[in-house]
Amino acid sequence: MTNRIAQIAVALSSGAVFGFGLSLSGMLNPARVQGFLDVFGVWDPSLAFVLGGAVAVAMIGVALMRRMARPMLDKSFHLPSATKVDSRLVIGSAIFGVGWGMAGFCPGPALSALSLGLMPVVVFVISMVVGMLVHDRLIRGRSA
Amino acid sequence: MSFPYWPSLLGGMLIGLSAAMLLLLNGRIAGISGIVGRLAHGAQVPTNAAFVIGLALGPMLYLALFAHWPVVTITVSTPIIVIAGLLVGFGSRMGAGCTSGHGVLGLARLSRRSIVAVASFLTTAVVTVTLMRVVGL
Repeated sequence: MTNRIAQIAVALSSGAVFGFGLSLSGMLNPARVQGFLDVFGVWDPSLAFVLGGAVAVAMIGVALMRRMARPMLDKSFHLPSATKVDSRLVIGSAIFGVGWGMAGFCPGPALSALSLGLMPVVVFVISMVVGMLVHDRLIRGRSA
Repeated sequence: MSFPYWPSLLGGMLIGLSAAMLLLLNGRIAGISGIVGRLAHGAQVPTNAAFVIGLALGPMLYLALFAHWPVVTITVSTPIIVIAGLLVGFGSRMGAGCTSGHGVLGLARLSRRSIVAVASFLTTAVVTVTLMRVVGL
């Protein structure tokens, strides 16, 4: 029970650090994200530094994880079990990329930007959740 | 010697720290599309909802610290936003991850699947942005 409450507190703080990091990095702004993706236009390399910094620190976390038998607040690590590169992975990611490029929003920044109270962000988040549910409805019984 | 990318680098490191925290303490991958997907299906609601609330608190912390909101500039029209949202939601579920799960943690774990996913979505995103600029959307 105490672990359960601690897990919720960790999830809340982890989300807040993530959202603050996105805000500081400039990646809450779809214009900056599209500026990075516009490699043939006026290229803004910021996102490469964001991703580089994030992956470098996450790698330290992964290295520590590999020395631990279990996480501090749970019985085991919950890691993705799939290892095969299949067409669903490639096509799904390709579809995701088209949407990401069109609006400059991916799930993290869109949810985080909800607190600014801008209508297009609300519309994006609702559409995104609908897209997820449509997928899971159509492809029921397959791993999601 | 001005390096304009400090905020991006520091912000990125905080994102990595957040992912490491969730992994080492709760044993969970900070993959936002997975978290939202599970939430939409009513799975592990308390922790997933807490993470999403935390995400939205992030910009408020930024406001408290810097006395202004982070800049968010949206230039595309509402129909484009709707289509983009549907594609992002559908694609992230089909590809089992997005920029956080595949992009940050997948690359940090050197997962072959995530490296392929990142290559795939970066390619289509670059093509999409380029086409949109050419067409003038």
